[in-house]
Amino acid sequence: MSDEAPEELRLADHRFFRDMDPEFLARLTEKAYARTFEAGALIVREGDPADEFLALFSGKVALEIIVPDRPRTTVQTLGPGEVLGWSWLFSPHRWRIDARAVKPTRALGLAAGPLRQLLDDRPADGYRFLHRLLPVIAQRLENTRLQLLDLHGR
Amino acid sequence: MGANGEPPGPPGIDRPPGIVPVPFEVRSRTGETADTVTLDLAPRERRGPLSFRPGQFNMLYVYGVGEAAISISGDPAAPDRYLHTVRAAGKVSLALSEAAPGGVVGVRGPYGTGWPVRESAGRDVVLVAGGLGLPPLRPALYEILRERSKYGRVELIYGAKTPKDLVYYAEIQGWRQRSDLRFQTTVDTAGRDWYGDVGLVTARLPDVRIEPANTVAFLCGPEIMMKLTAKALVARGVPADAIWLSMERNMKCAVGLCGHCQFGPSFVCRHGPVFRYREIAPFLAVREV
Ligand SMILES: Cc1cc2nc3c(=O)[nH]c(=O)nc-3n(C[C@H](O)[C@H](O)[C@H](O)COP(=O)(O)OP(=O)(O)OC[C@H]3O[C@@H](n4cnc5c(N)ncnc54)[C@H](O)[C@@H]3O)c2cc1C
Ligand code: FES
Repeated sequence: MSDEAPEELRLADHRFFRDMDPEFLARLTEKAYARTFEAGALIVREGDPADEFLALFSGKVALEIIVPDRPRTTVQTLGPGEVLGWSWLFSPHRWRIDARAVKPTRALGLAAGPLRQLLDDRPADGYRFLHRLLPVIAQRLENTRLQLLDLHGR
Repeated sequence: MGANGEPPGPPGIDRPPGIVPVPFEVRSRTGETADTVTLDLAPRERRGPLSFRPGQFNMLYVYGVGEAAISISGDPAAPDRYLHTVRAAGKVSLALSEAAPGGVVGVRGPYGTGWPVRESAGRDVVLVAGGLGLPPLRPALYEILRERSKYGRVELIYGAKTPKDLVYYAEIQGWRQRSDLRFQTTVDTAGRDWYGDVGLVTARLPDVRIEPANTVAFLCGPEIMMKLTAKALVARGVPADAIWLSMERNMKCAVGLCGHCQFGPSFVCRHGPVFRYREIAPFLAVREV
């Protein structure tokens, strides 16, 4: 996906949602709303309620951790075609990380409450949705493990 | 071999290199990062033209300290700049990284088979480097860029620990500007002053357009990074025969005699260091993460 997003964002064009069941996708599309973030804007803050799921269409978002007495550290960046967060899905529904726009960023958002409801109401589609979300979680985990291993150290 | 045939085979060895170190002088020493330098070496006595193939390495000997295998990181078309990029990781590499201009280093080589660069003409080439995996890949990139029209799409993904660990920083800026090379850099962690990508090299792969049957990939870096990248490429349909990895094992003789560098049924110094993923996948030491 290029860095330039079209004027009108469509969930169906996003890598995460591509080839989903059309009816389910239509229900999601009804609920989606556009979000824009200036470079430098804090999108989510650790500890705050995780109340939305964001699909990124352009720009770049840094996931940052804050360790006392250390400068903020970016542990991963997300770009077009990627999605932000899963804390909205699991209790206690609070963000575990800060996310900040590094570049002007455009996304489609889905409010967490209605999205969870839709996934509960349509378990088969919900299961397939989780099938797409789990690799995102697994990749973040792999990233963390390899960072701990100091991959590039000898 | 052409774009439509089998994945390319390894380049052959033209002549056996010597096993006695020849004195070379350090012509220049360029700092790359806090612990990494690039040495330009020149023979003290001319014995004929220098030549090497991308992916080959030399054994560099620091008199009184010891020897280490170091890849040749310069341009095969300009072998008179005989470049070696060294990270101070232990006794020998530390001594090498401290070698001052005018100092003498023993050189024997070049050894190994190298990357099948010319054999990959007609194909899309994906180069993935992790950390000090970029120096052994740089000669391949030079060769590809020199005959750019012979290749399809060319992608380079380069991952390092932090922005401060990126080598060839100035040259990277030039690669970024090129319209005929798609170049992505990513680091494991960064501060707020870094506007590039953060994450594993594998996280950059979904952005790479891959036509599986016409793609060849060259991977160099920590073994686990190569393994994860190779698996991700195979999952995208790239045949395991078209994925090449450069392996590192401790070396002593470097000519296939001592068995020090044994890797499965092969010796890295003689049959490698570049191997097809299909051949070595069962022997990659790192288990699943
Ligand atoms: C084909 C090939 C190509 C290579 N290309 C390059 C290249 O281009 N550039 C490059 O820098 N390297 C390259 N290497 C790696 C290089 O050959 C050496 O392995 C590396 O430089 C370290 O060698 P050394 O003798 O300095 O360290 P060693 O003394 O062998 O130490 C290696 C490791 O052991 C640790 N160690 C050393 N001594 C001790 C101790 N007393 N106690 C605890 N830990 C210790 C060090 O911290 C280090 O992590 C290549 C290797 C191969 C096989
Ligand atoms: S180093 Fe002796 S066989 Fe390879």
